[in-house]
Amino acid sequence: MKKRSTTVIAIVGALIGLLWLFPFYMIATNSFKTPKGIFASVLSLPHPATGDNYVNSFKALSFVGSLTNSLIITICSVLLIIICSSMAAYALQRNHSKLSGGLLLLFISSMLIPFQSVMIPLTANFGGVHMLNMWGLMFMYLGFDCSLSIFLYQGTLSSIPLAMDEAAEMEGANRWQIYFKVILPMLNPMTVTVAILNIIAIWNDYLLPSLVLPQIQYTIPLQMFNFFGEFTKQWHLALAGITLSVIPVILFYLFAQKWIIKGVTDGAVK
Amino acid sequence: MKNRSLSFWLFLTPTLVALALVVFIPMLEGLFYSFTDWDGLSFTKMVGFKNYITLLQDKAFVNAFWFTVAFVIVTVILLNVIGLGLALLVTQKFKGSNFLRAIFFMPNMIGGLILGFIWQFIFTQGFDALGSALHLSWLQNWLTNETTGFWGLVIVTVWQMSGYIMIIYIAYLQNIPNEVIEAAEIDGASPWQRFTKITFPMIAPAFTVCMFLTLSNGFKIYDQNLSLTNGGPYNSTQMLAMDIVNTAYNASNFSLAEAKAMVFFLIVAAISLVQVLYNRRREVDL
Repeated sequence: MKKRSTTVIAIVGALIGLLWLFPFYMIATNSFKTPKGIFASVLSLPHPATGDNYVNSFKALSFVGSLTNSLIITICSVLLIIICSSMAAYALQRNHSKLSGGLLLLFISSMLIPFQSVMIPLTANFGGVHMLNMWGLMFMYLGFDCSLSIFLYQGTLSSIPLAMDEAAEMEGANRWQIYFKVILPMLNPMTVTVAILNIIAIWNDYLLPSLVLPQIQYTIPLQMFNFFGEFTKQWHLALAGITLSVIPVILFYLFAQKWIIKGVTDGAVK
Repeated sequence: MKNRSLSFWLFLTPTLVALALVVFIPMLEGLFYSFTDWDGLSFTKMVGFKNYITLLQDKAFVNAFWFTVAFVIVTVILLNVIGLGLALLVTQKFKGSNFLRAIFFMPNMIGGLILGFIWQFIFTQGFDALGSALHLSWLQNWLTNETTGFWGLVIVTVWQMSGYIMIIYIAYLQNIPNEVIEAAEIDGASPWQRFTKITFPMIAPAFTVCMFLTLSNGFKIYDQNLSLTNGGPYNSTQMLAMDIVNTAYNASNFSLAEAKAMVFFLIVAAISLVQVLYNRRREVDL
């Protein structure tokens, strides 16, 4: 009885799993078809299969360039967020005063403000000082994403005993040495979480970079949006482009799945 | 660290400066501009509540508001039901349950923009083909009217976020001690009784977390809206976030867009504040 019900559950699970994968199947198979092939049947396997779509969309997307831009912007922004927010969280957590409580509240309250409510003056201001480029964008990500990161670091820091700081101080370390040599390494598990959450958000972001970046610095989502506009109704090219842009994300997911699930859980539950 | 120590402030400087320049100053400027005739560069005079009155009479904004409300109600229900269902499914012990968990979460890794494009193909091409093969006319011509645009957005969001909600429910489900379930089993409780009398009450906090998360995410959706329907046909599927962006950058009505953005802020902030108050009250009750 028990065994049979397990089998039923496994079969139901497999069916739902297939349903969940169906969009990926559609995109992947149709991206290898000729326009005629797609018109003849969208549901069948590609016959004959062609790789031309990939060659063409790879060029049209300037894939190497946009991948590089995405990588530079994501990695630099995330590093900046990790260093600056853990520093801020450390200062706030180790200082027990009304001031630090008030500052923490300030950071947390900024999470209430949706992006659309600040975007127009923000881009106008940064445009005024010629910072509508990837460096300005990294700084903006620090502003938008530091609050959640500080909040997460803050929680972990409270479990690191003050004795750690004091022991290092006795041995003659100054504040910066204590932070970089003692505290930051102990925050590693939370740093993974902070990194994962920010990598996913920044890599996939569209609206902010679309208002900030010049065309030469376009990331994958931006390039994809332009590309799609150019090739509407040419699904064979569009689908190859979509598949190309999804591949890096899937690879990252396969590689870091365990940490991703942990990070996402931490970020939502804490 | 002391308040007056130099290192305290140095540690805080980068984030405080970024927060001020990126969030708080633009927010205050926006609030100010919403009471002027700002054109994106300069303003000539204060206009009082004129922009807010215009906004209430703006058909696009009112439509977007109700469309978004309907979307949020439907997705909050569906995401929680399906997310919890998937969580219960993959926490059963069977071969491949971990693999399934990975599959369900996967769409969450892909950005809303690209997800919208993926589903645009499925709705317009895949559904059409299925519809004509199975002679089901309701599968045809998706995204060409408000109804199918609405359900298209719902399906994309459910497909994307269910796995995320599932992960949160799993975290709480795993906190239920096994002994409790086993004891109930020995006492002869049916699976349905075990779920309603034990599992469900014990994951009630997860329900609160997920409900507010889906609520505030639903209001803020933009990317999927842009790439799936682009608000069309005739702005009928335009959501709040998109209406603000279009008012500013397509219609160049910056002061009106700012007024809309402030109303948008009030809605989103109210949801979060209700959540905070609710959690605080519950903690007191415990």
